[in-house]
Amino acid sequence: MATIRVLVGTKKGAFLLTSSGDRSRWTLDGPLFGGWEVMHVQGSPANPNRLWASQWTDWHGQVIQRSDDGGRTWEPVGNRFDYRGEPGTHQWYDGTPHPWEFKRVWHLQPSPSDPDTVFAGVEDAALFQSDDGGMTWTELEGLRTHSTGHDWMPGAGGMCLHTILIDPGNPRRMYVAISAAGAFRTDDGGRSWTVTTNGLSSNYMPEPEASVGHCIHKLAMHPSRPDTVFMQKHWDVCRSDDAGARWTEVSGNLPSDFGFPIAVHPHEPETIYVVPIKSDSEHYPPEGKLRVYRSRTGGGEWEALTRGLPQEHCFQNVLRDALAVDALDPCGLYLGTTGGSVFASSDEGDHWTPIAEHLPRVLSVEAQMIP
Amino acid sequence: MTRIRIVLPHHLRELAEVESPVELEVADPPTLAGALDALEAALPVLKGTVRDHGSGARRAYLRFYACGRDLSHDPLDTELPPEVVEGGEPLRVLGAISGG
Repeated sequence: MATIRVLVGTKKGAFLLTSSGDRSRWTLDGPLFGGWEVMHVQGSPANPNRLWASQWTDWHGQVIQRSDDGGRTWEPVGNRFDYRGEPGTHQWYDGTPHPWEFKRVWHLQPSPSDPDTVFAGVEDAALFQSDDGGMTWTELEGLRTHSTGHDWMPGAGGMCLHTILIDPGNPRRMYVAISAAGAFRTDDGGRSWTVTTNGLSSNYMPEPEASVGHCIHKLAMHPSRPDTVFMQKHWDVCRSDDAGARWTEVSGNLPSDFGFPIAVHPHEPETIYVVPIKSDSEHYPPEGKLRVYRSRTGGGEWEALTRGLPQEHCFQNVLRDALAVDALDPCGLYLGTTGGSVFASSDEGDHWTPIAEHLPRVLSVEAQMIP
Repeated sequence: MTRIRIVLPHHLRELAEVESPVELEVADPPTLAGALDALEAALPVLKGTVRDHGSGARRAYLRFYACGRDLSHDPLDTELPPEVVEGGEPLRVLGAISGG
């Protein structure tokens, strides 16, 4: 029977949850890297026992950790992220020019096929690649030096590149998203990038349909349909069926179309999940009820999934990287809250149960299936 | 070479898997820069965690102290205080007090 491993990054360390494929009994290991902020822990699809972790503090900056034994032991690898060439400036919150400064790695995305290749999305927004198991990192500077780069502006949480989607059938195609610059696509392995925000409208911008400035919170893609991308934006849930050339809003009957994460069912490319939050000013669930919403129609029509989730007095958020699916059938879902709970469903979201509680603030959740 | 001791904050002791203070051989004349060079040579995992990789600048939330004196803003080529050189006092790397 397969093993499921859930990788949890928190404000004060990382935790690993492990269960057999029935997903009924979980063991918790951790904290790893205690006291450090662990932005993301992610496994390699090409070698599930190779794990990556991004740990960071204001005091000591960035450390990248790698494990080759499924998280039992870890080795710090390269932590030098230098922008290539003269970094230049982007806009600061008040519209003045501000130099590009590396702060931390938000998201690690391993290659689908090569365990030594991994991409890192960083703050201030840029994309880095390592082809030597994380020992050295090279910026794919075509993104940061895009003609719109000097107009990018941070969101309140920092100007972070938080989403990296790789087309498994054509790894030269990738999508990235940046708060609050927008969404971008490359078809040449990261050398050149196209802004993919046509059709988006954001009322918090002076020009709501401008090409950059949209605060994309997360993108998701089913690997069998690389032209279809789903988006949770700072207000609005959207989809594109032409590789980001045009977006359509599919918020439908959601109680709020503000939220952070979005995920796609592993076996049903038109089944998607979001976690609505009341508003951009009130980052907690509407009515104090933590509800995952599922659409089996690729958006537009949504159903609330509530069984086992707190349905009163819940004022916790689910951050952009804290919703994950596993590859079993029926698939499992996992979410982590800012209140330190991790909930799991083993039936596609119909029923949920807490598998960890009282952890630090959960920043990220990933799920691995180990055959 | 001069043997000195450096006191590290908790996060760096955990990262480098060392007890504190760390004893190091520093090139003569022993300076603050020499002490940091020796620290990074002995414990490469600490590269980038005390001073920036590129600029070599002290990270903003850290300061350097010895003998009750703040060395954080001294030129890096300043020689370490005699008490540190003679082994009576350690060089201290301190992190800012922080909550959260």
